[in-house]
Amino acid sequence: MTASTAAAPIAPATPPEQPDRPPARKRKLTGYWLLLPGMLWLAVFFVIPFYSLVATSLYDRTGSVLQGYDMAWQFSNYWHTLDDYWRPLVRSLWYGGLATLICLALGYVLAYAIAFKSGRWKNLMLVLVIAPFFTSFLVRTLSWKLLLRDDGFIVNALQFVHLLGSDGRLLATPVAVIAGLVYNFLPFMVLPLFASIDKIDHRLIEAASDLYSRPIVGFFKVTWPLSLPGVVSGTLLTFIPAVGDYINAELLGSPKQRMIGNVIQSLFTDANDYPAAGALSMMLMLLILAMVLFYVRRAGTEELL
Amino acid sequence: MSPLQRMGRWVGQHLVLMGGLLVIVYMFVPIFVVVLMSFNKPKSKLIYRFDSFTLQNWLHPCTDQSMCSALSRSIQIGLLATVVATVLGTLMAFALVRHRFEGRAVANLLVFLPMASPEIVMGSSLLALFVAAGFGGQLGFWTILIAHIMFCLSFVVVTVRARLAGLDNNLEQAAMDLYATEAQTFRRVTLPLVFPGILGAALLSFSLSFDDFIITNLNAGNTTTFPMYVWGVAQRGVPMQVNVVGTVMFLVSIAIVVGAELNRRRQEKALA
Repeated sequence: MTASTAAAPIAPATPPEQPDRPPARKRKLTGYWLLLPGMLWLAVFFVIPFYSLVATSLYDRTGSVLQGYDMAWQFSNYWHTLDDYWRPLVRSLWYGGLATLICLALGYVLAYAIAFKSGRWKNLMLVLVIAPFFTSFLVRTLSWKLLLRDDGFIVNALQFVHLLGSDGRLLATPVAVIAGLVYNFLPFMVLPLFASIDKIDHRLIEAASDLYSRPIVGFFKVTWPLSLPGVVSGTLLTFIPAVGDYINAELLGSPKQRMIGNVIQSLFTDANDYPAAGALSMMLMLLILAMVLFYVRRAGTEELL
Repeated sequence: MSPLQRMGRWVGQHLVLMGGLLVIVYMFVPIFVVVLMSFNKPKSKLIYRFDSFTLQNWLHPCTDQSMCSALSRSIQIGLLATVVATVLGTLMAFALVRHRFEGRAVANLLVFLPMASPEIVMGSSLLALFVAAGFGGQLGFWTILIAHIMFCLSFVVVTVRARLAGLDNNLEQAAMDLYATEAQTFRRVTLPLVFPGILGAALLSFSLSFDDFIITNLNAGNTTTFPMYVWGVAQRGVPMQVNVVGTVMFLVSIAIVVGAELNRRRQEKALA
């Protein structure tokens, strides 16, 4: 009591019993209570399933869903499935990576245009970016199937300029699958890029040109480094779903373009080989995690330079 | 300066904008196809191309009953998942922005991870859990709903958190200075300010849930949602009514966005 009165003159003007600052202990507990239901949901239906997945991937493959599996700690599941399915796995990383790069190129132009060149149409252009994606993913992908079909306008035009042979086609080729991936995941690239580029202080770019840097040099020395956070999150948000996707490979490709998602899905639902599907899922997850960590590290150090 | 030079200059200055507009056109190409095909009268069920104009698809959207039942199931799941995910996610966002406690970093990580995991991995681990827990035979409406709430949650938290973090604290301070109680301040000041964020999160949840295929397909058993229906008919001939649904979804979302923008402008005018 005496201590608090003594301290009163130097204490800030706000009295301690101000209603928006209840005692720290009570506020702390409120935080936990608010968090509890959502966290429980995530724990039970996101974290624990990973444990089930790990367990499933180590079951004895001779069991079945109906009779149940025996836990056999079969690490060989991993080698066997990798041996059987390394091609679609590598292909997925390759398609996903390429699609991400194309998305980055297209997305950067669009995000830059919206942030710096659109003036009062900024909000409208942002809405236009998101609007197509409220229409079902599958229905849109079916539209691409129609656009890229063998006697369709695009194929005929490409044949006319001899970019495609007279019996050349787009459907059932890697081009169609990658184009589908680019299309479907482009907004995941544009929005984080826009958020980053929009924040850049224009005066920095003007300063570069005042100091006689050519626009292209100014871009690579000022704009690009400042937009790196958006580049990193955009590429991750595109790459991760693109690698795991199998809708584009199924609708626009052929069995030759099977991606790892197709394999996992059919092992679960058609072949009922849960341990193999689990092992493949785990490998995909670990692979992506390793790549993301490596990439974020690299990008992080670049940002510091 | 010759007109040609001037034109060249103009093109140079607007090159990026042109590029951006071209990308937007590219994004809209399939939408035009969807709208066009919704008026298509196909000659054969197996060849997917525009043959002749008809209004029949719009007048009789439910020719294939299974499409409409899949659609209504998707809407039900979408609405339920949206309500639960929005409520739980908003509470979490308030906790993460407004409260300081130990373990915040862990909570933030747990919110982030579902957004950074491939859907196929999340879907297969959930399936592994359901099977291991003995629900392998009861996959359907409820397992889909559980999965949808799970992956919508993180997006709600992130959206509402962004809105809350950008909020001007002074308005709440002012309310309290004017003798509003904590509950009154929350109801009359905080909530209206955060509401656009919550609404955006709910819209995002609904469209994520409505559109999900990969996770749903693994955990659906014999239940069919709208994307699963489309997936099924993609192999054996697509009824044009699918495009009617696609067009309506597009129009409804545009209407919501435009309505929200007009409402915002009206409020701004009222304040000014």
